[in-house]
Amino acid sequence: MFFKLAWRNIWRSKRRTVITMSSIVFAVLLSVLMFSVKNGLLNKMEQNIVGYYTGYIQVHQKGYWDEKILDNTFDSSEELEDQLLANAGVKAAVPRLESFALAASDEKSKGVAVIGIDPEGEHLATQLKDKLVDGIYLTATSNGAMLTTGVAEYLDLGLGDTLVLLGQGYRGATAVGKYVVQGMIEFASPDLNSTMVYLPLTQSQELYVASDKLTSLVLLVDNPSGAHALAEELRSDIVGDKYEIMSWQELLPDIHQFIEAEKAENIIFQVILYVLIAFGIFGTILMMTLERQYEFGVLVAIGMRRAKLSTVVVMENVMISMLGVVIGMLISIPIVGYFYNFPIRVSGKLQEAYENFGFEPVFYFSIEPIVFYSQTIVVLVISLILSIYPMFKIGFLDPIKAMRA
Amino acid sequence: MAVIETKNVHKTYNHAVVPVHAVVGVDLKIEKGEFTAIVGPSGSGKTTLLNMIGGLDKPTEGSVMVNNVDISSLSRNELIDFRLEHIGFVFQAYNLIPVLTARENVEFVMLLQKQSKEDRDSRVTALLEEVGLSDKTDKRPSELSGGQQQRVAVARALASKPDFVLADEPTANLDSKSAENLLDMMARLNQDEQMTFIFSTHDQRVIDKAKRVITLVDGRIDSDIVKE
Ligand SMILES: Nc1ncnc2c1ncn2[C@@H]1O[C@H](COP(=O)(O)OP(=O)(O)OP(=O)(O)O)[C@@H](O)[C@H]1O
Ligand SMILES: [Mg+2]
Repeated sequence: MFFKLAWRNIWRSKRRTVITMSSIVFAVLLSVLMFSVKNGLLNKMEQNIVGYYTGYIQVHQKGYWDEKILDNTFDSSEELEDQLLANAGVKAAVPRLESFALAASDEKSKGVAVIGIDPEGEHLATQLKDKLVDGIYLTATSNGAMLTTGVAEYLDLGLGDTLVLLGQGYRGATAVGKYVVQGMIEFASPDLNSTMVYLPLTQSQELYVASDKLTSLVLLVDNPSGAHALAEELRSDIVGDKYEIMSWQELLPDIHQFIEAEKAENIIFQVILYVLIAFGIFGTILMMTLERQYEFGVLVAIGMRRAKLSTVVVMENVMISMLGVVIGMLISIPIVGYFYNFPIRVSGKLQEAYENFGFEPVFYFSIEPIVFYSQTIVVLVISLILSIYPMFKIGFLDPIKAMRA
Repeated sequence: MAVIETKNVHKTYNHAVVPVHAVVGVDLKIEKGEFTAIVGPSGSGKTTLLNMIGGLDKPTEGSVMVNNVDISSLSRNELIDFRLEHIGFVFQAYNLIPVLTARENVEFVMLLQKQSKEDRDSRVTALLEEVGLSDKTDKRPSELSGGQQQRVAVARALASKPDFVLADEPTANLDSKSAENLLDMMARLNQDEQMTFIFSTHDQRVIDKAKRVITLVDGRIDSDIVKE
């Protein structure tokens, strides 16, 4: 009956309830969409760079990340790999030898990053095979190269053409090599897509005169969001100070900070939005409380405890808010779901602007649960905080005074 | 044993420039089964006295005993529970919860008393029949006339099986026909169920129905007449 009473009470002033609820629906909708698209964009950015290239944790010779030169390489070591793999959070340790070179075709040349990879391992760690858009994926023993489409386009190279790499090898040796283009890779990140050249690990070690040397081990981790803690753990597991073990947050502090800052900004926006909505809700609660003083007086007079009366009134507030949230969700879930499956691709000026910032020019939507449940929690908390007013009013209610008005 | 006994009850309002002595030294005993009217000119202290008897207000001086319990000694919540269990209220108007039907309004106090569903159902049905509203049980207050609303209020006051019913000008907002009907109904409940009623009124025809008439003047009992 008390539930029924609360439920009917919220429909006493239909118009007011509908307006209040609509404002909540609107806030939830706007907030979910904003949150979803922003998180989607940021998660995608993280995935494009970290998931598809850097990896969540890397191990190097100490000092390599500060000074990325071939002299800071280490000898591939089974002992190190075993130690890393001993941690259950580490699924695989994938070797790389990365350096720079001048890439040249017949007409043109361009600075590129040359990555020597274990092709199968690399696929495990960064799904590289999925990025192959043309040609054949490398094997450990092939002697060709894979180019990102940006590089290929710039150098005007196609499959079967010959690529020349020129650079400096280990301890100042000269690095020169000729490779047949056997595969094309396409990355979403415009930066990556215009700089990468892949060789099999042994080929690159030969090129750089760095036999058996590695610049990094990329770790395939069980739980990417726990990478930072895992790196911490591994640092204490691996004794000695020969190696540096870095999470992606340490590898790419700029991107990490950018993502964090954007997420914080998102939260500030939501706070502002909900504070505005809270004023509207409060107006309704204020009216509901003041209009019903006489009735509250009667109820307390005939024997209803104030606490019980307060409970009914709080229930009313929570019902209005939660109805708003539920309706907001029901509307936003299909919208977000649709755009999750069919992201919006932007073009023209906006596309250029995005690419200049190193973003993929696509609005991805996130369907992480937090996008949705954070709204519910925020609205619930607001309506509970605002309920303090009627609770206070009822707590100090004097039935005679209330009924005289 | 008296259901209600007031001893030297005073109520003084001090927040005006001059203190207002609304009730001055009232000694009063009301026995079970009485049908008593409190009358007197406007401002004579009827409402103030009834509020103190009903535990809605506290005397400045003196004591109010209900069933030998000094109600001014009760805490805030104890007083609410006491009202729920022992006193039925009928106010001048707007007694009912607007969003509940007649039946639900009557049932409401029994729910507060945590009575079982069967007890509630049968008593509510019986009470609504007694006040002549069997055909209006599912109507909301806004769909009932003023007189019908007051009847529901009486049914609700009785639902909790109180020791007595207090009604401050229950007929003030009714036309004379409805007022008479309401009083006849209350008189019948008093007769049939020995329910004690104390009501205040200005209306001579209502006064005529009372068995005992207490007249207040300037907060004092001016006369106290028990009729045959
Ligand atoms: N809260 C209050 N503050 C100050 N004075 C009050 C208050 N309540 C009542 N009074 C005064 O106390 C006196 C008695 O008022 P009360 O309402 O009891 O009279 P009444 O007999 O019920 O009058 P009526 O027939 O008009 O209802 C009046 O002079 C009134 O002005
Ligand atoms: Mg009065």
